[in-house]
Amino acid sequence: MVLSAQTQLIDGLNALTAGLILLTAFGMVATRQVQGVLRFFIVQSLFLAASSFLIGFNRDSIHLIALGVITIGAKVVAIPLVLKRTLPDELYERREINQVINIPVSLLLALLLAIAAEFIVSPLVGISTDPVVHVNLPIGLAGILIGAYSLVARREAIPQLVGILAMENGAFFAGVAIASDLPLIAEFAIAIDVILIAVVIGVLTRDITRTVGTTEAATMSELKEEPHLWR
Amino acid sequence: MALMAALCLPLFAALLCWIKPLRGFAWVVTVTSLSLAFAMAVFTASRVLEYGVAVGIPQWFEADALSILVILLVSFVCSVAAIFAGGYMHHGSQQSRRLWWFYCNYNLLVFALIVVPACASPNLAWVGVELVTLFSILLVGFEGTPTALEAAWKMAILTIMGAPISLLGFFVLYWAYHMGGGGSLETWRGLSTSAAAMSPNLLKFSFLLVFVGFGAKVGLAPMHTWLPDAHSQAPTPICAVLSGIKTTVPLYAILRLLSIVLSSSEARIGNWMIIIGLFSVGIAALLLLQVRDYKRMFAYSTVEHMGIILAAAGFATREGASGAVAQLMNHSITKSLCFYSAGAVLIVLGTRQIQDVRGLFKLSPFAGAALLLCSLAIAGAPPFPIFLSEFSILSAGLRSGHNVAVVVLATLIVIAFVAIFLQVNRMLFGDPEPASTSAAVPRSVRTAILIAAVPVVVLGVYIPGPVHSLITLAAQQLGGH
Repeated sequence: MVLSAQTQLIDGLNALTAGLILLTAFGMVATRQVQGVLRFFIVQSLFLAASSFLIGFNRDSIHLIALGVITIGAKVVAIPLVLKRTLPDELYERREINQVINIPVSLLLALLLAIAAEFIVSPLVGISTDPVVHVNLPIGLAGILIGAYSLVARREAIPQLVGILAMENGAFFAGVAIASDLPLIAEFAIAIDVILIAVVIGVLTRDITRTVGTTEAATMSELKEEPHLWR
Repeated sequence: MALMAALCLPLFAALLCWIKPLRGFAWVVTVTSLSLAFAMAVFTASRVLEYGVAVGIPQWFEADALSILVILLVSFVCSVAAIFAGGYMHHGSQQSRRLWWFYCNYNLLVFALIVVPACASPNLAWVGVELVTLFSILLVGFEGTPTALEAAWKMAILTIMGAPISLLGFFVLYWAYHMGGGGSLETWRGLSTSAAAMSPNLLKFSFLLVFVGFGAKVGLAPMHTWLPDAHSQAPTPICAVLSGIKTTVPLYAILRLLSIVLSSSEARIGNWMIIIGLFSVGIAALLLLQVRDYKRMFAYSTVEHMGIILAAAGFATREGASGAVAQLMNHSITKSLCFYSAGAVLIVLGTRQIQDVRGLFKLSPFAGAALLLCSLAIAGAPPFPIFLSEFSILSAGLRSGHNVAVVVLATLIVIAFVAIFLQVNRMLFGDPEPASTSAAVPRSVRTAILIAAVPVVVLGVYIPGPVHSLITLAAQQLGGH
């Protein structure tokens, strides 16, 4: 009986982190400051690690505990460090003035995406009776969709990168629930891969700022499809 | 063991290129190690033909007929492209001081390309596909010009965005595998044996996510927009690898997963694949008609061929699968030859615009002959291998009752054929503009073109026994009934 109460408590706490992860995803959509977006991402990664610890404790899975540690190492420590080293400081102090869609509408769209995610997975989660799956899969998918949206709507390089990384967080948040005993090597390789994404985009952004002088993706439009078909 | 050697040689070569005293020999190191890797792949292929599977590390690195075919293609195309790079990069690159960095990165790319087919586990294959994307992004932007960086940026955003989506797809696949009572280690083989026990809904959802994520990397329309940019701006040896192999490798993963999904649930997914494939072929055929840059022309032709392969796999029959595998192979060897020829033309004339190229035969008979040969081969004229595989795909479609799809596909192939010929015709014949100056084709570029032309010419008239049985075995792996 005591054990079941503990399980329930942990499931409740996991649901709380799920809510907080969704909230940080909204926060990334609503923030104009480049530095602020990055901070929201770090906080979100901490919640992801927390969820991984909680479920790992509940299922007695050393894998998930290790995954939580890997998440903190990769996303809270390594990625901000990598970005700090490759990118010039002035990029962090930027504010995005011209977003494609303004913030209130963006938030509304993000909300709609979250609801859509719930609907997409609702026929699937019935397969499992584990409450964790019912929480993590829809929220994870919502994280992916909202990240993809901010990738499309953003124009500065770093917020776009953070959009990709936030999508990765969403995938992992679903992953800790549904693929909890994935071999550790695979998870480690995935973490390395995420760091490499930050390195590659960081280097590319640095090169672009040096040669083109801007990191607003929208101003780069030298290359086009063959004009007279699409005009 | 040979499999592990083929896998580790490029990694070792990357390390050697990075060591300072050896940086001057980066080209020699790269060509040697990649040719050795090809030899290892050939040896592994002989083992696969004998025993059905070659094992590097059990449960982790294993190669069956389909994966060894892809490994053979990767090592062949990449070693020839490395030979080509010798003359091309020293001739045209603005960055000749950083060439060691180019070769280091190139070797890492080859390593990642071999990892994907060599992995027995789908999750590690995902890691491999992502590494391929990341290493190729830096190579696309290698020249550092604003347009090259823009192409690299577009490619980065569009293709890396697919990474988390397909990652969730693989997580769901793992979940389905476990709910269906699979063992602790998930392998492609284990997946296909327990496909019947898995929940069809989960499988479909996972396939959808992986398809969206990897489809962008393959360059299927409407997610193809990065492809012509990257393939026109990257250094030409990289274009050959990107178009010939880098698009094929994620497609390999899609085909593997598709065969599992098709064997578990009804054939509706197959029909969707035919529709999406035909859409890509159609978009590419229309864009081919009015392309202005000959490197972009070959890039659109890649979109076309990816669509054809996907549609062939969508027929869900054994014949369709063997057509798809043959087309995959023929596209890789032919398309890399196309880019080598395009590179030769670029060296001779220094322009990428089709309208600025006239009378190529008179300016450089070698580049002209190469361009004529490769465009006949890529457009699918007899007696070249692509003609054979396209023909077998069309007949497989008719036999499985997809008559409408076959008619549409045949029409679009003919449109693409005519389009490529109109463009190439303008470049090859006529009199050169009097002002145009021409440079000589470097020796290593000639060598690469001659080597790459051998399989394109031979496989059209004679398919050696081992190659034929490799294709048949690979088609069996893709299933179909």
